[in-house]
Amino acid sequence: MTIDISQFYQVFFDEAEELLAEKERLLLAVDIAAPDAEDLNAIFRTAHSIKGGASTFGLNDMSEVTHVLESLLDRIRKGEMSLTAQHVDAFLAAKDILKMQLDGHRNGASVDQEAVANVRMMLHDLSEGVVVGAHQPTVPSFLHAEQKQEVREGAHRYKIELPDLPQRDVNALVDELGLLGRVSVTPLSGGRSALIIMTHEGLDDIVAICSFVMDPDDLKIFEAPPLTPEQRALEAAERARIEDEQGYGFFDPNEALDGAQPEQTDDERGYGFFQPIEQIRREAGIVAEGEAMASRKSPEIASSRPEALEVTEAAAEKKAVKKADGAAHAHAESGSIRVSIEKVDQLINLVGELVITQAMIEQRSDGLDPMVHQRLLASVSQLTRNTRDLQEAVMSIRMMPMDFVFSRFPRMVRDLASKLGKKVDFITNGAATELDKGLIERIVDPLTHLVRNSIDHGIEMPAARVAAGKSESGRLFLSAAHQGGNIVIEVADDGGGLNRERILAKARQNGLPVSENMSDAEVWQLIFAPGFSTAEIVTDVSGRGVGMDVVKRNITQMGGTIDIRSAKGFGTTILISLPLTLAILDGMSIRCGDEIYILPLGFVVESLQPAKHEVKEIAGQGRVVKVRGEYLPLVPLYQMFNIEPRYTDPSEGILVILETEGRKAALFVDELVGQQQVVVKNLESNYRKVAGISGATILGDGGVALILDVAALLRSSRQLTDDTVVL
Amino acid sequence: MSIQQTTKPADARDGSGSEYLAFTLGSEEYGIDILKVQEIRGYEAVTRIANAPEFIKGVINLRGIIIPVVDMRIKFNLGTPTYDQFTVVIILNIGGRIMGMVVDSVSDVTTLTPDQIKPAPEMGTAFNSDYLMGLGTVDERMLILIDIDRLMSSSEMGLIDKMVA
Repeated sequence: MTIDISQFYQVFFDEAEELLAEKERLLLAVDIAAPDAEDLNAIFRTAHSIKGGASTFGLNDMSEVTHVLESLLDRIRKGEMSLTAQHVDAFLAAKDILKMQLDGHRNGASVDQEAVANVRMMLHDLSEGVVVGAHQPTVPSFLHAEQKQEVREGAHRYKIELPDLPQRDVNALVDELGLLGRVSVTPLSGGRSALIIMTHEGLDDIVAICSFVMDPDDLKIFEAPPLTPEQRALEAAERARIEDEQGYGFFDPNEALDGAQPEQTDDERGYGFFQPIEQIRREAGIVAEGEAMASRKSPEIASSRPEALEVTEAAAEKKAVKKADGAAHAHAESGSIRVSIEKVDQLINLVGELVITQAMIEQRSDGLDPMVHQRLLASVSQLTRNTRDLQEAVMSIRMMPMDFVFSRFPRMVRDLASKLGKKVDFITNGAATELDKGLIERIVDPLTHLVRNSIDHGIEMPAARVAAGKSESGRLFLSAAHQGGNIVIEVADDGGGLNRERILAKARQNGLPVSENMSDAEVWQLIFAPGFSTAEIVTDVSGRGVGMDVVKRNITQMGGTIDIRSAKGFGTTILISLPLTLAILDGMSIRCGDEIYILPLGFVVESLQPAKHEVKEIAGQGRVVKVRGEYLPLVPLYQMFNIEPRYTDPSEGILVILETEGRKAALFVDELVGQQQVVVKNLESNYRKVAGISGATILGDGGVALILDVAALLRSSRQLTDDTVVL
Repeated sequence: MSIQQTTKPADARDGSGSEYLAFTLGSEEYGIDILKVQEIRGYEAVTRIANAPEFIKGVINLRGIIIPVVDMRIKFNLGTPTYDQFTVVIILNIGGRIMGMVVDSVSDVTTLTPDQIKPAPEMGTAFNSDYLMGLGTVDERMLILIDIDRLMSSSEMGLIDKMVA
């Protein structure tokens, strides 16, 4: 008997996908200046595992790429080569290629062979081209040449005298400082050496980098005279002018340039909108690679020199946090298993059934004499408690941490920012907040759109930010938190903010009803109108794909709301509020004929019993009811659903006023039964879509009740002209 | 490169024949592939679905899953649909979808060898002969063998959205 190997493909695909994601996470988190040996090993292992799997299954293209990747990683891992930002870029590119090849094998997606060849070439060059031996002179490798910023006029010139250091550390330092500017090395007596660096970056950045390999106290730095304020302003203005020529849609990044005073710091300008980044980080307990990046690339012109002690402390703290972080990750990996969704759903169903059975037993035992059946009743109440705990535990299986969504953003932000030439500090908070798996998957697209928008339109170019008195790096803040029965997701940037005038002008152009004295909140809501493109120029990044109207619709479909807060020059915050799970719904149960139906409570405004004279016929085609001076269409549920009702006269039954999509209507039913939380079941998994019904639920007695689709009901009621209605 | 799990039809490749569940509708006896049957239950109250065809009685709660219930007697226009403690619902599992089928009674499980199954004659019965697998003969009994898979997933039953199917 031969074994059909194809049955294991799926396992390999899943595993490879996971490994690639893990690799990306590790790469983005790795501290380039001082990579942790454990991290490097972990990155190496992911490549190695993919290679092993790929060659087992004869996916030669993948094993070839991973082979080149592996040899380069191996050299870095063994310390033959020091890790540079270029390596990380190459590894990320390789990860993308592998993902593309994986998709190619799995779904038959097309594979760009040229890109594959390019990446292989790049990896090969990187591993072959550089030979840094222990005894070689310390020159920055030629590979950094194109990465180096062009050192313009007016750069700082520092001379750094190093203490006696191992050659490898000096090499690493030269590589690292090479990213900031031009570096040259002069050997000094006693095994020491001196570096001369020409750079635009601040002194504290250099100290921060050096502190990774030595005690800053041992460092002697001499500085050439800094730029005069005139020179600095000239340079900033020139940069801003070039960037001005690009369009920014509704955001107005240049506005602040006119009146801004570059000398003022954020604090002086009274930025109440955003917390200082360090504070946010501290609260979040996150020291991401962003900080490492910030310390290396931070543009702030060093006006004050931090105490050397502080620098080392910060570095030590950072490492400690990173360690703890890594440990937490390692733990999370080993402590989980992969289970198919069907199994979990089945479990949830069975527990739901158990809860109903338990409720039935409780009801039956209610009538028993507590004296005679004391022991039985005690057992029943024990069962009640256990069932409730069990249900809670089982429901939590479906919950996933927001990290699942958040983890895909650092890479995107990094790529997007470098593509647009912007600097962005990306901060996430509340990644451990849990949300139903079904919702997690659906929130990814809208969030991606919002994050892209913030980077593309919200955050200004670095020079414009400096001119506006802000830090050069924009801040993008993504957070999730529980608030009552909801989860609130926040996407905030400290960019230019929305431009009220331009939105109003565009709205008028689109024929939307607007007026000058609309509140800001109302104006911001305009950008959710269909066809309301936020970009005047379609850039590579946005202006195509889903628009804000789609974002809004997706959020609304998930039962959530979306809100915008924005202040010109201070940034934009978008708040999304979602229910924790789609599986549970607050419902109002109503009766019509023999059946019980559930109305989602969110649509219910009020219920009332109308007086006879408040109900009027309109041309024999339908009825309206007058509620507080407003005429609302009357929607008789029995007509919509062809039910034999108890009452046909609205003044005998009950009217439930419903509101959706800005319209109100009165649903005529026989009676209200009560208000309860219901577990939403899918009708389509075994049957088909039913017009006017959005799902079903199981009542306490084990029977089924259908959940009304209010929006569809009200929509079709407008076509109601006769007694028979085809929904 | 998705891996498909195909369940082999219970055919008589090994010569031993396959098993059919026999049930009655009115005075006629029918048979369906036993492997499609998940369980057999008594009839219980259903929740009506508005504007559905008459033969779709509604939906019931099968241990936490909402499943539709079809009354074959109404669908085939056979027998009088009475609902009492003897009315039987056969729960079918067809292509991962679960549904109930109301019949008058269930008699037994019969093994039929290929030579016991005769091709169905062309006839203008209540249902399309496309859904007939053949006629099985056991002594004096005749079983009308239905391809329940095809019948239930057909568009005329309206049980499955075309988009989904």
